[in-house]
Amino acid sequence: MSEFILKARDLNKFYTQRSGRFGFGTTKVKALDNVSLELRHASTLAVVGESGSGKSTLARCLLQLQPLDGGSVFFQGRDLADLPASELRRQRRHLQMIFQDPFASLNPRMKVGEIVEEGLLIHGLGNKDERFEKALKMLKRVGLAEVDMNKYPHEFSGGQRQRIGIARALVLSPKVVVCDEPVSALDVSIQAQILLLLKELQQEMSLSYIFISHDLRVVRHIADEIAVMHQGKIVETGSIQEVYESPKQQYTQNLLKAIPGQKRRAE
Amino acid sequence: MAELLKIEELTICPSSAPSRKLVSNVSLSIEPGKTTCVVGESGSGKSLTALSVMGLLSKQLLQTNGRVLFQGQNLADLSAEEMRKIRGRQIGMIFQEPMTSLNPVLTIGFQIGEPLTVHLGLKGDLLKEKVAALLEQVGIPAHRANSYPDELSGGQRQRVMIAMSIACEPLMLIADEPTTALDVTVQAQILSLLDSLKTSMNMGMLLITHDFGVVADVADDVVVMFRGEVVEAGTVVQVLNKPKHPYTKALLACVPDAEGKKPLKPIDYAWLKNEQVPT
Repeated sequence: MSEFILKARDLNKFYTQRSGRFGFGTTKVKALDNVSLELRHASTLAVVGESGSGKSTLARCLLQLQPLDGGSVFFQGRDLADLPASELRRQRRHLQMIFQDPFASLNPRMKVGEIVEEGLLIHGLGNKDERFEKALKMLKRVGLAEVDMNKYPHEFSGGQRQRIGIARALVLSPKVVVCDEPVSALDVSIQAQILLLLKELQQEMSLSYIFISHDLRVVRHIADEIAVMHQGKIVETGSIQEVYESPKQQYTQNLLKAIPGQKRRAE
Repeated sequence: MAELLKIEELTICPSSAPSRKLVSNVSLSIEPGKTTCVVGESGSGKSLTALSVMGLLSKQLLQTNGRVLFQGQNLADLSAEEMRKIRGRQIGMIFQEPMTSLNPVLTIGFQIGEPLTVHLGLKGDLLKEKVAALLEQVGIPAHRANSYPDELSGGQRQRVMIAMSIACEPLMLIADEPTTALDVTVQAQILSLLDSLKTSMNMGMLLITHDFGVVADVADDVVVMFRGEVVEAGTVVQVLNKPKHPYTKALLACVPDAEGKKPLKPIDYAWLKNEQVPT
């Protein structure tokens, strides 16, 4: 395998929470506790954990959507925190995100065509016609039609909206895509479609994915490597095969044991 | 009579468009001490079927055909008063969202005790003892009875919901996606809790889910719904190991397995439409 495209070193992030009587006190909650990870070029790294383990905080911190309290993120060898604001903005087209909730993550007042073109507009890529062509090509690639460009998000089903979210992220030809629970709001049949689409696009565009999920069955299918998070820490990392077949940590073993559908097989 | 609950040819339509069937000719039955799982995608009519058993359908919906028999008695013949006596007393119900189905301004002890007061007239120390016993039964320390819902985690709240629904020792429990909002480890705990309650109280259970893993773990019988119709029904071994209907086969092919060996295959709905297979 080739080099690492994204590296995170000792990431720390605290949230302050009001506590005590009437919320006069504050306590610090460690959302990320010395988290380090490495994403190989054109591969998928899954981050799994239960709710509250810090997975989504990690996603946002990796993309510099939230300030870190410590540590650094290197994209293609450059520390994102050291970049001047204008350069960081330029780099953002290579760092895209696909969100969990296809209902909340699309602006209901924008047409689908505008939603997909917006990134190109912001990054000043191409003229009007080129932008339109690019957006159309991307929408067709994810399985939508030209007539859909003039529709609004509410006219689509959950699976179709997730396709729009994917088109919006990928139209910029990014290098790293962070997928935060991209299929957990979808039915199994739609989930399978979206997972296959993500896999195909990865090969076509040599994308590197950080795939955040709580579903260990889904992760097994899509990821090459896995990082298990628990209470803000990464407790175990390794290749999918290593971790699923011989998990070292008790916590990982418990997670794997809790995957539904195993009881019947054991009988 | 073997069945506890029998649904016969249930059909539900929106009252504004009586020709559009949301649930169409659904029949299923539940036996004491057994779990029947209803599986299907969103919009397949699983939740509507459950709500109609409890007589909780919204006013915009109309049951145009079919009967629901509980211990041989047609629930539609009962007055609102009589139905209220069955609901919570003989048929318990657990909803999907433990966050929104509890009252935030009442303690969980009060909420668990409420059905006991209403249906069985329990009061005072006797009530307190029973509530404490119920909390212990679902694995929450009894002293938490004075806690409010926001002081509990999602899994604990779902346990409270279970304690409420089994408080009067109902003959039957309807659980609509009881673990969908929960983490896997908590899900495993809740499912095994439900399973042991089913056995110890010889309760019939109607479990609605979209997760085939859950089905494999707890179901005795399975009913597969697609676009408002039952496409396949049988024992869990039959349906999961030897599915007959193409939709069931297609649905099972999209479920990722824990070993990651099986390739995923999305459903080809166009193909399904042309496929004519007797159910």
